[in-house]
Amino acid sequence: MSFTSYEFILAVAAVVVIYYSIPKRFQWMFLLGASYLLYFSADPSYLIFISITTLTTYLAAKKISRLSQEKTAYLKENKTTLDREAKKAYKEGVKKKQRLFLHLALLVDLGLLIGIKYTNFIIENINGIITSVSNMEPISYLDIIMPLGISFYTFQTVGYLVDVYNEKYEAQNSYGKFALFVGFFPQLSQGPISRYNDLSETLYAEHKFDTKVVAFGLQRILWGYFKKLVIADRVLIGLKTLLAAPENYPGVYFFVAMMFYAIQLYADFTGGIDITIGIAETMGIKVKENFMRPYFSKNIKEYWNRWHMTMGSWFTDYIFYPISVSGFMLKLSKKARQVLGENIGKRVPVYLATILVWFTTGIWHGASWNFIVWGLANCVVILISQELSPLYVKFHNRFDVEGKLWYKTFCVIRTILLMSALRMFDCYRDVTVTIKMFFSMFTTWNISALWDGSMLELGLNGTDYLIILFGVVLIFTVSMLQRRKQVRERILALPYPARAAIWLTLFVVVLLAGAYGQGYDESSFIYNQF
Amino acid sequence: MKKVLQKILPTIVVVVLVLAFLQELLTPKYMTDIIEGAMIEEYYDSEKNHDVLFLGDCEVYENISPCRLWEKYGISSYVRGSAQQLIWQSYYLLEDTLQYETPEVVVFNIMSLMHAGPENEAYNRMTIDGMRWSSAKWNSIQASMTEDENALDYVFPILRYHTRWSELTAEDFEYLFHKDPVTFEGYYLRVDVRPVTSIPEPKRLANYQFADYPMEYLDKMRELCDEKGIELVFVKAPSLFPHWYDEWEAQVDAYAEEYDITYYNFLELAEEIGIDYTTDTYDAGMHMNLSGAEKMSDYIGAKLLEDHGITDHRDEEAYVSVWEPKLEAYKKAIEDAIAEEAAKKQ
Repeated sequence: MSFTSYEFILAVAAVVVIYYSIPKRFQWMFLLGASYLLYFSADPSYLIFISITTLTTYLAAKKISRLSQEKTAYLKENKTTLDREAKKAYKEGVKKKQRLFLHLALLVDLGLLIGIKYTNFIIENINGIITSVSNMEPISYLDIIMPLGISFYTFQTVGYLVDVYNEKYEAQNSYGKFALFVGFFPQLSQGPISRYNDLSETLYAEHKFDTKVVAFGLQRILWGYFKKLVIADRVLIGLKTLLAAPENYPGVYFFVAMMFYAIQLYADFTGGIDITIGIAETMGIKVKENFMRPYFSKNIKEYWNRWHMTMGSWFTDYIFYPISVSGFMLKLSKKARQVLGENIGKRVPVYLATILVWFTTGIWHGASWNFIVWGLANCVVILISQELSPLYVKFHNRFDVEGKLWYKTFCVIRTILLMSALRMFDCYRDVTVTIKMFFSMFTTWNISALWDGSMLELGLNGTDYLIILFGVVLIFTVSMLQRRKQVRERILALPYPARAAIWLTLFVVVLLAGAYGQGYDESSFIYNQF
Repeated sequence: MKKVLQKILPTIVVVVLVLAFLQELLTPKYMTDIIEGAMIEEYYDSEKNHDVLFLGDCEVYENISPCRLWEKYGISSYVRGSAQQLIWQSYYLLEDTLQYETPEVVVFNIMSLMHAGPENEAYNRMTIDGMRWSSAKWNSIQASMTEDENALDYVFPILRYHTRWSELTAEDFEYLFHKDPVTFEGYYLRVDVRPVTSIPEPKRLANYQFADYPMEYLDKMRELCDEKGIELVFVKAPSLFPHWYDEWEAQVDAYAEEYDITYYNFLELAEEIGIDYTTDTYDAGMHMNLSGAEKMSDYIGAKLLEDHGITDHRDEEAYVSVWEPKLEAYKKAIEDAIAEEAAKKQ
């Protein structure tokens, strides 16, 4: 189910045409059928896993929701007869039952995710210990199928369960509708991680064909393909060369790899999300935005508020806050204040929760140590900058630079460089190599490689570099314009021939300059693997 | 409705025209360097009055000259040959040809039986791209595609050739709307000489049995010829390499005998024909040059008249008016090629 396969593009076209051709009341049912069919075509066994998660979550949420309804009704009925203590006791009793169902469902959903994604990682680490301290035979790895998008749909179901448990909304009564929320095909491959209350607003609604809506969706899809095929997959050619033999590319090449990966990851991931949102949009369905010009961020915290936003907010809402206010943390906080004093003690639970969030973020991205180190490195930078914030305030007050354009630009570039450097853990997939290569920037002086023709030996020719440059400038320009008004709206305001020419030109650019088809390695979207 | 007519319809027309233009521009023209890619489509411009159709790979289009067959025997023939033409491609080219005419004899070069399955996209392209759209083309695509290929790339060649925009040459613009003929009724003229000095040692094979897939298509070809009342004839060109194994020969012999098919193995007939491997090949024994091809044509032409009932049309105006200009052009091309070759040697 690769977004860039002809089969997928044709399937989407067919889905959209049929979607608007059938009676509106059947639209969501058709979408569920189409989603499952596409998922089945990727690998029939995937359906088993997603069905287990869907059914478990559906039943548990229904039970939790029914208990809530019964509780409300009971309390209403016995409003006058129950005293405060009795009400509290009753509520606690209900909550206990709900918690049981919540935990059972989480056990199944997260158990599947952890079992599938992390078993071999755990075995690998156990083997590492076994072989270093004894002559025991290492444990054999398991041949486990990794269902497409399991991390995304599991997080969606966990969010849904917790929200129902917290009575944010009631559980969905229709199994089919809930199954569509979990398995809606455009977002199965790489997210975003949708919230039920957001997505359900338009997912089940009946949609009448609207030229503007469909055109906007198609334009968004086209923009996504431009980013993915013209930029990301082209940069990937050079990046692969640099990563294939790191020892041959130290010094300035590390910096080039950093920049290549920054461009490639952004174009790949945002391109994929554009395609996802665009496909949904053609059917009138609104999927939440996942990026808000992250490379315009002035610090790392802001960056994480703008990059993969649905993941960030998921971690905040379902890991950071619950942990921060858990009984254990409250006790720990109290103890820490007593032992370490008010100033340091109050930071302990926040720091612990932050570390746990970033550890989880790291391991969510991949079952290997490089991702864990990457996550924790982000955590360290965030905590340090948090601790240094009084110093920044002093500096800003003393030199009056905060509003200045040059200073903002400096902060933006600093953040890009910092994030790009940290991301190299993900790139080389090896902590030692990454650290070694990072320091080679300061020990190997080969800056002339930037202009002596060496850059043309990475698999990219002059035309490729020009296309990449053109693509980056175009994305930057679009991002700048987007700050005030959606670019598609701006284009819509132009006379018809002008806007038709713009979209046709973009289409032709994707068609001709896209790095697809024979001669290019099939490169799936980076976030598919999660 | 008015909106559709005013906006959407013109937009669709413009988009289609732009894409069609780009596709034409980007598709390789095969006019100067690798001309083998332009051979298949030339057939559609020829007069459809052929009594004999030759099918196969380079062992056919370099070895048989239809102009010579006309000049010497009055035979109207065409070579639908292409580089590394696989047997299923030959079969579908036969199906394709039968949409336009029904020859009396189909001569098939059996060398392609050695290929067990799809092999190479570039060669597939050179055979398939030039075919006009029909079920035969679609089936040929399906039968020929390697694992990495996608049928949609054949339907819309722009998807395959989209990257050529950065390597377009003057040839792409010159031959955008027209093409020059590169063969003489399917024959690829070469006058240069490179004598045989040594013959590569044949490799030992793990299995000498022809695979089921090519044999399946041999059956289909035979059945189709039977159905249409066409006589099928097998040939093996006198190429010294790739090696033609005795085990392969035995299988072809057995098949030909079982179905009463005439089979000419020119490797065995080379001496009788008068093939001189010091003068009749342009690449040290793999392909015939003009001299070798004319000797081959002389031999098979006589056989076609004597043993296969093919008519000499040299006294029929309808044929003469078509073939004589071709023969003239052919002779002129030979003169030019010989002069060019001589100039190269000086």
